[in-house]
Amino acid sequence: MMGFTPVGSTLGGLVLGVAISLLILFDGRIAGILGRSFGARGAELSWRLYFVGGLVVGGLLWRIASPGVFGAASSTGLVTMAKGGFLVGVGTTLGNGCTSGHGLCGISRLSPRSIVATLVFVATGMLTVAVTRGRL
Amino acid sequence: MSNGKKKNALAALCGLLFAFGLGLGGMTNPLKVQAFLDVLGKWDPSLMLVMGGGIAVGFWAFRAAKRRAHPLLGGDFGWPRSTRIDAQLLAGAAIFGVGWGLTGYCPGPALVALGAGRIGPVVAVSSMVLGMLATQAVTRQRGRTTAAATATTARS
Repeated sequence: MMGFTPVGSTLGGLVLGVAISLLILFDGRIAGILGRSFGARGAELSWRLYFVGGLVVGGLLWRIASPGVFGAASSTGLVTMAKGGFLVGVGTTLGNGCTSGHGLCGISRLSPRSIVATLVFVATGMLTVAVTRGRL
Repeated sequence: MSNGKKKNALAALCGLLFAFGLGLGGMTNPLKVQAFLDVLGKWDPSLMLVMGGGIAVGFWAFRAAKRRAHPLLGGDFGWPRSTRIDAQLLAGAAIFGVGWGLTGYCPGPALVALGAGRIGPVVAVSSMVLGMLATQAVTRQRGRTTAAATATTARS
């Protein structure tokens, strides 16, 4: 899985594009992952639960079909995983979006807000990896 | 089948498809995600193609959706109401990126990776949920509920 994977990555992207397209055209929803699931009610909550359920079941299917997609056991320590996960949760809530909401859906609808958000999180992500890997 | 049930089935199908696309694209491998972010090291640009592929399809769907009054299964479009590029958006995106770089997981792939049966994704997902709840509690306390309310359609 490591190294440049132009075919798989392009195909994967096209599949993601189909998924976000079905959601917006049929149900008017923007494919957000966790979003405001906490505190959501009714239809707003139920589509999120089913969507997240699909993601988790999809992960289990990957495990059966091709566990290699999860990559080699990451060397990231659990404390870093916890800190980083917490920051992702904070950032996604403050910034109203993530890689999917802003990066895929937001840019697809040419939202200036999402384009800026995506540029910012890719930049700070690159900076973080540069620092943690001692590239600077 | 009622429209409500159709919508739930659609959401589940899209979740499955999304998980398929993420795995195929390489997003469920945190080391690959970090290799994309490692521009000063051995850079792997693959994830640009994931995003590009998604946008190439999504662009047409969102264009068609914007011209419609209602989604095909009825109800209303949940368009985000906020268009402001403010400090909160920039801070949120910046913080998100740091966490993404540290873990190699953003929320979608982390949920899919729960299926791997490893401890890392479990820690990542529970910490994301904690971070979200903490932020919601703080912003609510500061009376920013209006911002939260406009974000019922919020994406994450």
